[in-house]
Parts: sequence; C-alpha cells; structure tokens
Amino acid sequence: MTAAAERLFEGADWDFPTLQRIHDACEEIARSELGLDVYPNQIEVITAEQMLDAYSSVGMPLFYKHWSFGKHFAFQEASYRKGFSGLAYEIVINSSPCISYLMEENTATMQALVIAHAAFGHNHFFKNNYLFRQWTDADGILDYLDFAKGYVAQCEERHGRLAVEQTLDAAHALMSHGIDRYPGKKKLDLRAEEKRAGERRQHAEAAFNDLWRTVPTGPVKSEALLNSERRRQMLGLPQENLLYFLEKAAPRLKPWQRELLRIVRHIAQYFYPQSQTKVMNEGTATYVHYRIMTRLHEQGRISDGNFLEFLQSHTNVVFQPDFDDRRFSGFNPYALGFAMMQDIERIVRAPDDEDREWFPEIAGTGDPMAVLRNVWANYRDESFISQFLSPRLMRQMRMFHLHDDPEITAGIRVDAIHDARGYRRIRRELARQYDVGYIDPNIEVVDVDLAGDRRLMLRHAVIKGARLNETDARRVLQHLADLWSYDVSLVEVDAANNALKEYIVNPRGFAAAA
Amino acid sequence: MHIVDRRLNPGSKSLENRQRFLRRAKALVKSAVKKSSEGRDIKDVLEGGEVSIPLDGMDEPRFRREGGTRDMVLPGNKKFIEGDMLPRSGEGRGRASDPGEGDSEDAFRFVLSRDEFVDLFLDDLELPDLAKRKLAEAEGEGIHRAGYATSGSPANISVSRTTRLALARRVALRRPRPEQIAELEAQLADCGEERRPALLAEIEALKAKFRRIPFIDPIDIRYRRFETLPKPVAQAVMFCLMDVSGSMTEHMKDLAKRFYMLLYVFLKRRYRHVEIVFIRHTDRAEEVDEETFFHGPASGGTLVSSALQAMHDIVRSRFRPADWNIYAAQASDGDNSSSDGEVAGRLLTEMILPVSQFFAYLEVGESGGSTFDMSDSSLWSLYERLRASGAPLSMRKVSDRSEIFPVFHDLFHRRGKQEKIAP
Repeated sequence: MTAAAERLFEGADWDFPTLQRIHDACEEIARSELGLDVYPNQIEVITAEQMLDAYSSVGMPLFYKHWSFGKHFAFQEASYRKGFSGLAYEIVINSSPCISYLMEENTATMQALVIAHAAFGHNHFFKNNYLFRQWTDADGILDYLDFAKGYVAQCEERHGRLAVEQTLDAAHALMSHGIDRYPGKKKLDLRAEEKRAGERRQHAEAAFNDLWRTVPTGPVKSEALLNSERRRQMLGLPQENLLYFLEKAAPRLKPWQRELLRIVRHIAQYFYPQSQTKVMNEGTATYVHYRIMTRLHEQGRISDGNFLEFLQSHTNVVFQPDFDDRRFSGFNPYALGFAMMQDIERIVRAPDDEDREWFPEIAGTGDPMAVLRNVWANYRDESFISQFLSPRLMRQMRMFHLHDDPEITAGIRVDAIHDARGYRRIRRELARQYDVGYIDPNIEVVDVDLAGDRRLMLRHAVIKGARLNETDARRVLQHLADLWSYDVSLVEVDAANNALKEYIVNPRGFAAAA
Repeated sequence: MHIVDRRLNPGSKSLENRQRFLRRAKALVKSAVKKSSEGRDIKDVLEGGEVSIPLDGMDEPRFRREGGTRDMVLPGNKKFIEGDMLPRSGEGRGRASDPGEGDSEDAFRFVLSRDEFVDLFLDDLELPDLAKRKLAEAEGEGIHRAGYATSGSPANISVSRTTRLALARRVALRRPRPEQIAELEAQLADCGEERRPALLAEIEALKAKFRRIPFIDPIDIRYRRFETLPKPVAQAVMFCLMDVSGSMTEHMKDLAKRFYMLLYVFLKRRYRHVEIVFIRHTDRAEEVDEETFFHGPASGGTLVSSALQAMHDIVRSRFRPADWNIYAAQASDGDNSSSDGEVAGRLLTEMILPVSQFFAYLEVGESGGSTFDMSDSSLWSLYERLRASGAPLSMRKVSDRSEIFPVFHDLFHRRGKQEKIAP
C-alpha cells in the first residue's frame, strides 16, 4: 500500500486554510485529470440568514429593491423556520470571478463537496456552454446589477416609488416574454444600407435586359396590403420579445420607464440559459464532484469516514423517486443528469452492441472526458436528452410515456414503455418536456392598428389545446395595456388558425399620469 | 482563488424589500393580524407570529397554460405495457402537473416580528388629546455625556483623562524623574574630584529639562463634554379603577382586565415608561397590587367617589400632571349608591378630567346579556349626563370577551383621518 498523501482535513471542522487546501486539491484534479476550464474562483462564506437573503434576490449578491423579493423572502423564511425546507448548501453565480456561497454550517466534507460541485462543475459549465457564452456576459453582470440597483433607486427618488413600482410590476409580469430566443440580425447602419443599395443598382445595370419588362408578374399587391407590410416591417413585427417591443415602440412611456423595461429584460435574458440547462448543469456539477471526491479518496486525502459522509449526501442528491412515490415531483435534474453523464462515460469506455448501434460516434472512443466536455459545451437539455438518452438508461429508470387527452374519456393511455418500440418515442417526448419552445406559451405581437385606435394585437399560438389560464392572462394583459397605454387584444388561435378566444383589455392609465 | 468571509457583513439585506412587501399588503396583513389576535390571550398579543394572507392582492401574474392534451414521461414503470388505459383520478389533472405558483397556494403564510405585529395591530389607533401631549413634550431638557473636549469649564476637568495624557507626554519627552536627580546628587556627594564637573553638568541638564517639561501641560487637559437634548415627557401613568363589590362577577373582572391590558400595550408603544396604579373600591377605595386587584376578595357597598378621591390624592402626591401623561380607565357594573352621584360628578369634572389625557368608563355586563338590552345603570346615566354637558368622557358597554377589542378600537381610532378617507 502506498503511503497515504496528507489528509486535507480531519473530522468535521474547517477553517480558511482548510478551504484553501481543499480548493487547491480540487483544482489540481479538475485541471489535470478532467481537463476543466474554469473562471477564477471566489468563495464566500455566509450564514443561514444571508443565504435566505440571497434566495430572495434570485441568488444574486445585489439586486434592485422590489416588494416581490420581500414576499419571497417572507415565504422562504417562514418555511425555513418551521423546518419545511432546508437551505441549499451553496449558491453559485455565473460571473467572472465565479462566486460560490458556502454555508458556514457545512461540515468540512460538505465544503469539499460544494467546492467541487459549484466552483468547478458549475463554473466549467458556465464558462463553456454555448448558451451561456452566447447570452450572458459573466464579466459584466455584477457591474450591470450594480447599475440597475442604482438606477432603480434614482428613479424612485425622482419619479416616486409608486410609479416605479407599477412599471416594475408590469415588467415582471412580462419577464418570461422579455427574452430573445435567437440572436437577432444586426440592423444595418445607413452607410452599409447605402452601399448595399449601390451594389444592387450596379448589378441591375450590369444585368440589364429589356426583355424582363415584358415578363408577366403576379397580381399587383393592393395599397393597403403594402402599407401593412411596410408598417410591420418598420416595427419589427411579428415580435415575440414583448418587453423589447414595448421598450422600443410603446408610444407614451417615459425614457426612464423604457430603461426599467430594459433592465428587467436584460436580467431575464441573463437567466434564460439556466432554465434551458437545468439537467445538464446539475448533471455536470454532480458528475464533477463525484469524480473529484472519489479521486481525493483514492489519493488518501479524504478519510474513509468522511468519504462515507460524502456518499450519503451524494446519494440523497441523486435520489429519483418513482412516479407513484409520495415524494415524486417530476424528474430530479441531479439524478437524470448524473445518470446520463455516467452512462456516456460507460458508452465511451465499455460499449455493448446496443450502444454501438445507437451511438456510433462516441461508442468506444476511449476518452470520456473529451466527449463529455464536448457535450457540456454544445448542448442544452432538450438536444442533450434527444441525443444521448440511451435505451439502457431508459430501462434502468423504467421510463414510460403517458398520453393524456381529455377527449378520451376512458382514461390516460400508456403510449410507450421501455421496449424496442418505445425507446425513440420516450426519448423524443422527454426531450420535448425540456424544450422551452413547448414549455412557454408562444405569444407574439402581430400588429398595431396605427391608423385607428392604436390597438396592440397579440397572438397566442395554441399547441395541443393548452390555453392560457384566464385570470392570470387578464392580469398580465392589464399590465401590458398599462405600459402600452392603449387597448391590447390577444387572440388565441389553434394550428388551423381558428380563433378560439379573444381578450381585449383597456389600460388603467397610470403610465400617462405618472 | 479568493476566500471572502461574508458572515460579518450586516445582515437583513432583505429588510427593505420585506417592508415594501408589508406596506403593499398592509390592508391584507392587518385583517390577518386582527383575525389571528382574536384567537389569542391578550398576554400573547405582543408576541408576533405567523399570519396568512390571501394571495389575491399580492400575486405576480404570468402567462400560464392549462388543459389540452398532455404528454409526460415518468420513471418507475412497474407493470404497464403499451396501450394500457389508466383511469383518471380526481379532476382529470394528472399528478405530474407542475406545482405552479398560482392556484396551488391559496394562502400565503409568513412570520411577523413582534414589533411588526403590534404596529399593525394598533395601526389605526391614536391617542386622544394630542395637543396637551405635544406641549408637554417640548418641556423637559436632559443632558448626557458626549466624550471629551479640549475646552470647557474647570468644574468639568476629567482628572483621570488629563493625567493619563500628561503621563504619556512625559514618557514620550523623557522628562527626568525626581528620583533620577536625587540619585545623581547622592553620587555627587561621595565622588572623586575628577568626576565632579561632569556630574554637575549632568545634574544641571536634567534639572533644566525637568523645569522645561511641566508635569501637566495645558495641552493635556481634557474636559468632560455634555450635550443637552430635548427630552420628551415619555412617561405615562395609567389608573385602573375598578368596583370590586359583591355584584362584580369573575367574568366582569376578566372583561375589565382585558381592557386594561390592551390599554397597557397601547400606552407602552407610545411611552418609554408606563406606570400602572390599581385602585379598587367598594364603599372605600385603596391602592393595591395587581394580584389583589383582580383576585383579592372584598365586600361592601359601592361608593364611586371614594375611588375618584383616591386617584386625585395619588395624582397630587406622586404624578405631577406637567410631567406625566395621565390615563384612567374605570370599570364597573354600574351600581352606585344614589347619594354618591353628586359628589362623584363634581370630583370627576373638577379634579380628575382637567389633568387627565383620557378617561374611559367601561360598563361590564354578565356574559349572557347583549349589550343592547343592558338598561342604563345609575353610574352610566350620571356619566351620560356629564358628557352631555361637555365633559370629555369616553364610555362603552361590554358584556362579552369578543367585544373588548372592537370597543377599544372604537375608543381610540383615528377620527380625523377616518373622515378624510371616507369620501
């Protein structure tokens, strides 16, 4: 037996040098063996009360003031005090440096677990995943939040707390529809536009042929149609980012109100990748902490007792109750993510025939970390599941697919189970459960009646008969109308373009008065 | 890597958000506080605690979808095969539906701190006769210590601070100590001729330094500094007068006790220091402690004037009206001997009312009886007469525990504002 390396800690106590040692040991393994690429780490030790504070401002270290955060705080505090819910061991922030909050109550083993999980697992994912790279600016987020906080406070001073609160309430109601789902086309500036027009003219001159004039064209578009097309183009319609549209086009908003909408929109955009990568993000972090902790134990730097403590909490984290269990509340992203990462590792290392058939590209290539790093960088939950959920894992978790159609009175049909006929269907359906395109209602601004009463027209494309909840929809539309300050209508249409229901809401008129 | 210890950062970063939330939900929280306080003992009223408010006014709406055909993938299949039909349970909404923020929570529960609770509990109550209180507030002026100053009156020299500074200065400037000079002089006495001039010069130098550096320099002197600050008359005395003659039952005493406690809580919130004087009376009055007041046995006739006289004596001897805000609450079943009315009336209007901020009369009745069919007692009709002629009296009838708070609330609610708010 080789001489055991020096232990990182003994027992449950820790101090700051211990944290430093743990971090350095984790870093060595993360960089050399796992090949992770992380932002510099900043570890902050906080108390339970501070953790509650962080909860109520969506985990961010600083945030503008709003009553809804107070409401969440009051709720969290009550349920924590009564013991209904524990607190997270850590919170990690996608910023550079990457900030991880550790609770002071954690034992040394837990701190090691949390450092491996957050400061390396999540950190690597934040830095490398394409969604985060595309949509978030890790270097700038804290500065931006600082700006936002200051700006909101300044607005309150200048324009009154009530007016600011009303604007923020409205913006928060539309937050889930204040997101750009696709990177936008950059608008050309005048010079480029002119250049393009010039090129087009040159081409027309070079390729001039009088014969084209005699070729019959289609029916002439009517003036009205041309006008409406032009109007829609000018306004950038249709537009699914409602907050962006209001910020740019709402006729009566004050400049500061537009800026507030912009702030809410930016923050929503910042969190957008997180909602699309829950399974992957947690799967990555869990896989990384499992690898690092196991390695530390193999090196003899963690004692057997502490390793058992780790295994116990690890097992709790990746526990997946069955659907008929009282504790079941959907798939546990930690469990599913971790299981899939381990499965990928197995497929790369020791594939069987089935794996070769299903995953020809990665089966048996021998370097699981290279494959995993590639997966972590280039997929989101939906694409990750639809590519990498293996039949073996479906069998292991005994997945099945239910189809619940209210039209069928006999009951809910079991559409697929974990057998050869069902694998692909189950995989497709599960991936769809994580597809934001299916999760969020698809609502977009389609037109504005500029010539008439300036009504804003929205459209909800109903998928699979799932309509909006009426009370909530009315309330949100009320907020929307207040910002737009003229009537707003929302039509729900099904796939065949039949209108199912129409909402019309009039503004309450605070925006104009504010 | 950096490690930052945030534990020492000031806590309650969310306090402001929490206050905003409470302000927004004020009406809802207030009614919740009322409701939750009904179920408690008055002693516990101050304790704060959990309240739940309906989510209605506080919701954060989002576009949510519901209904339609739903597909879900679940783990843990035990016996299903493709094509099985499972009966729907309940209302057609499967178990895998997201526990969204909306319908699933019908009420929002959270914990109020003690201060928040009492504030909301007594929120729209106001002390009567504020004019006098304000006048009294401006009067007193107190002084308190505020560190040290380099100037001041000789009477305020802080000796310890001054000598400490002087000592530090002497040490720093190396002022020779007298023993040092004495020692050299002793050496001078029995030393050889050749050393004498050197020693002499040294002694001379030391002495010069000794003179140059004073034992206490003016720059050492420190004075104690005092600041004056206006001291509001933050004290109140509360007189509890109660008839303890045989006709008062335990139930009636309990009602009175509850009323006194509410008054105490209320005064405590406004004044830093509240004293309570218990006066019980039959046909003669005595000042007693709380225990005796509520539970001590007593019997005899009923003379209200005796209690008023006792109160007047106590005010005169111990509570100067200029320094004290005086509140009085009298509880009785309304019996009084018919000959006493005249005396009591005069005592009240001439002696008691002019010095009191507030005088409440609470007529307590038997538990079964409704307050409406309590016939006017002799005391009630006496006070009614006084009030009609302009005496600032507040009077209510109570016969059930649940009426105590409404009556109290009624007596103290903010009248001026109420009228303004009502359109």
